[in-house]
Amino acid sequence: MGSLLDSLHQTLGDTLFTFAFSPLVKIAVLLFGGILPLITYLVLAERKILGYMQARLGPNRVGPWGILQPIADVMKLLVKEDTLPTRAVKWAFILAPCLVVGSALVIFAVIPIGPKAGELGPLNWFITDVNTGLLFVVAFATIGVYGLIIGGWASNNKFSLMGGLRSAAQMISYEVPQGLALVGPLMLAGTMSLVGIVNAQKNMEWWFVFPQIISFFIYFVAGVAESNRNPFDLPEAESELVAGFHTEYSGMRFALFFLGEYANMIVISAVATTVFLGGWLAPFPHWLPFLSVIPGPIWFFLKISIFLFSYIWFRGTFPRYRFDQLMDLGWKWMIPLALFNLVLTAAIKLYFLPH
Amino acid sequence: MSQHQPVNLQFDDSHDGLFSSGEEMELNFGPQHPATHGVLRLKLRVNGERIIDAYPIIGYLHRGTEKLFELHPFFQNVPHTDRMDYVAAATNNLAYVGAVEKLVGLVVPPRARYMRTILCELQRISSHLLWLATHAIDIGAMTPFFYMFRERELILDLFEQYCGARLTLNCMRPGGMPHDLPVGWTDKCRELVEMFPAKFDEYEGLLTNNRIWKLRTVGIGVLPPEVAIDYGVTGPMLRGSGIAWDLRKAMPYEAYGEVEFDVPVGKNCDTYDRYLVRMEEMRQANRIIAQCLDKLPAGPIMAKRPRVMKAAKDAEVYYGIESPKGEIGFYIVGDGTPNPYRCHVRAPSFINLQSLPELVKGTLMADLVAIIGTTDIVLGEVDR
Repeated sequence: MGSLLDSLHQTLGDTLFTFAFSPLVKIAVLLFGGILPLITYLVLAERKILGYMQARLGPNRVGPWGILQPIADVMKLLVKEDTLPTRAVKWAFILAPCLVVGSALVIFAVIPIGPKAGELGPLNWFITDVNTGLLFVVAFATIGVYGLIIGGWASNNKFSLMGGLRSAAQMISYEVPQGLALVGPLMLAGTMSLVGIVNAQKNMEWWFVFPQIISFFIYFVAGVAESNRNPFDLPEAESELVAGFHTEYSGMRFALFFLGEYANMIVISAVATTVFLGGWLAPFPHWLPFLSVIPGPIWFFLKISIFLFSYIWFRGTFPRYRFDQLMDLGWKWMIPLALFNLVLTAAIKLYFLPH
Repeated sequence: MSQHQPVNLQFDDSHDGLFSSGEEMELNFGPQHPATHGVLRLKLRVNGERIIDAYPIIGYLHRGTEKLFELHPFFQNVPHTDRMDYVAAATNNLAYVGAVEKLVGLVVPPRARYMRTILCELQRISSHLLWLATHAIDIGAMTPFFYMFRERELILDLFEQYCGARLTLNCMRPGGMPHDLPVGWTDKCRELVEMFPAKFDEYEGLLTNNRIWKLRTVGIGVLPPEVAIDYGVTGPMLRGSGIAWDLRKAMPYEAYGEVEFDVPVGKNCDTYDRYLVRMEEMRQANRIIAQCLDKLPAGPIMAKRPRVMKAAKDAEVYYGIESPKGEIGFYIVGDGTPNPYRCHVRAPSFINLQSLPELVKGTLMADLVAIIGTTDIVLGEVDR
């Protein structure tokens, strides 16, 4: 393996190898070996867990324990007719799902699932380490919401339009507290690079969830709202808007919206893990040092599973907020709380922490 | 056709309801919509999410039931009543057979009266369970739906054991009951009655003090008592507005005069109070069933009745009972033949539905769904 890499390195030359070959391979491996299977099996896990919460079995026909259900679902969606409403705005209608799924997948580029090269294996456990990583995440998460708005508008359906408008309202109420919630850990870490943030937590020996507990909750609640999941699933509220912004979508375009939603769930979970739960770090390095035997990426996976389970748990438990109540929650509670947390963090950093 | 003409798929945009009058939009809600509980269609005028006006359009499930009644003899009409309020067939049966008994002058034996009461109260629980399940899922709580269907299945099993049907029961006849209770039925029913209070607590645990549930229901769809009376609203809708009018108490029929139960009423006239009233009604229904099982007398289950029932010429009768939705009444006119000359149904869903535009004016789209849920309409009964 190593010699193969070396010979490739020599053939391609330094620049091509570092900036084209290596990232492309990593992207392909991460996308097709990591994220897409994770998304499809997240859907299965959700259906199973919801099933057990609701006194039923969930999918159990396709393969043992329904294990092949995601493959069957994907096959079905791939071969289904992809209808285009006659009066839809064609280019926007096609663009919208790509925007949602694309922006969600791009974020994985900066998320470190493990440490730098040398600490665990010969390669970096992330595609790239941007020095403005956190800003990159927030920016692309926002672009995803445009997909919903454009999709709702382009469908030329009143229910879709209302779904799109709701998601616009939701975006302006939740982007702000979400961004503010990330500033707290940012101040503690002193860097925007996600790898840097995890390393800061390693050096500090405190995961940021403890000093930044308010930020943590605000970020996750805003994240649930941003990924349009229950109890904030207003843009696609089935009982109110039929299917909201994706009422007119079918086949693979619908599947892309669906994929985007679950990819967003994973993104929110992964960012929350990285920023607040110490990313790939093992818990309690001093008290339980043997836990460090388990490699970082597995810890990372376990940590995002906690968030993903909460997502599913919320869906099984809560009724849906109303549009104005959700904005109340965002503007009257979360933004003031996030600002308060910001001031508190700044004061503590200024007066108590060593510079 | 000499040549194939391409189909022109261009629509005329000039009559597009979208943005037709400035800020307002006309929105067609139903008849194919997840939250309309069947085929209710609402023509809405909305300003953004705010509803300015609502206009219910019905008739998508009209089957001419009232006309069908005229075509069959009295005793053959019971199955038609099943199909009106198809989630509460037993109470429909009772209203019809009660009207016929009053018209022809039959005295129902005590055992049959108690059996009818038990079946009607089981039906009330199952109907309210279905209401709560759909109401909760409309408001976005997905899980209660499955819990309530789980228990409703057990009630339907009991119905199946009694009469072979689960929904369209056809379980009563003018003059009494078609069959006696099967062996072991009362024990199974008693098991269910003992199990239910814990289940009701479980549902209430999921919803009653849930903050989001309260945000979505408290103060939504307020129906003041005088407005409710003006519209002729009955049942839990009326009692939710604070008026203790229950035909089971006000004009006791069957065995209701011989059992103890309370009539819950609401205070704030809103969706949440109607929810509480229906929850309490389920508990009271359970109490009634327990008492009826204890008191269930032995004896015949069918009155002595003529082979062919005939009403006197120009005889007319109205008989109303308390169905899970409200007062269901049959107005029957006889003309001396074995068939009714005319049969009109006072359908509670139809009359309660009239208050809907009043309730939704000025609310948001999300409230509309909660309010449709709280009126608990069944379109089979609205359209008949």
